[in-house]
Amino acid sequence: MENSEHKDFLGAKIGMWLFLFTEIILFGGLFLLYSVGLSKHAEDFHKAGQELDVLIGTINTLVLITSSFFIALSITTLRLGKKKITVFLVGLTILSAIVFLINKYFEWTAKISHGIYPDSKHLLELPQGEISFYNLYYTMTGLHAVHVLIGVIILSIVCLLIVKNRITGNNFIVLENSALYWHLVDLIWIFLYPLFYLIA
Amino acid sequence: MSKDEHILSSKILTIIWILLLILTYITYKISQIDLGYFNVLAALTVATTKAALVVLFFMHLKYESNLIRYMVFIAFLILAIFIGFTFFDVSYR
Repeated sequence: MENSEHKDFLGAKIGMWLFLFTEIILFGGLFLLYSVGLSKHAEDFHKAGQELDVLIGTINTLVLITSSFFIALSITTLRLGKKKITVFLVGLTILSAIVFLINKYFEWTAKISHGIYPDSKHLLELPQGEISFYNLYYTMTGLHAVHVLIGVIILSIVCLLIVKNRITGNNFIVLENSALYWHLVDLIWIFLYPLFYLIA
Repeated sequence: MSKDEHILSSKILTIIWILLLILTYITYKISQIDLGYFNVLAALTVATTKAALVVLFFMHLKYESNLIRYMVFIAFLILAIFIGFTFFDVSYR
């Protein structure tokens, strides 16, 4: 009876894009705050940004871009009927996401051990612009990291569904929509990286 | 999603991936040189180029129906309007 089941793939994809638009507006508001902060406190933003670890930021950028590549490739391999490679690629994507989060953990703990975290005594003594910069840094990379974590969960479920043949070369919309979500997470990082780590 | 729908070749995906890595290297290198205001401009130009590659190829938008393409275009247009208009206010206070 599986064939008689009605599936609206275009509708599912449009629904996913509509959800992604709400994500774009969510982060868009924060990017707006950042850009107004930058234009008002250019010097402070510059100085605070220099404190961030460019190496970790760059590594994480490469990790996320590569994970985006893996998940995009997994759709191609699934549709060509290569199930094992697909499972492997989705697994690599999950692994990259975890590497990203581990890097983030080390980056944040280093900052926190230097007394830089929202509402810390040390931070409140800094100029207004630097306080804004670090608050935005924690809010934006934090919200982004939550999205990475959700991505890990979603992709793990997707991986399981592929193994169980619930997602196949003819029925891959769940993988496609999860990939769209993952690319958006990458997309947001593509802007976070220069704004926080490089503009300094 | 019928079988005849477009499948992105792994060759194109690999090319896009390599381009993204090169652009990341370029944006990192540019940031090492002090160009003043131009640094911000260069960083955002490279980021927008990278974003376009991700949206068009990884997110498959180049091969989607016009409906989805217009929807995405309008979403980004609205984002640009609300950031742009805020700057009309902030810049002339």
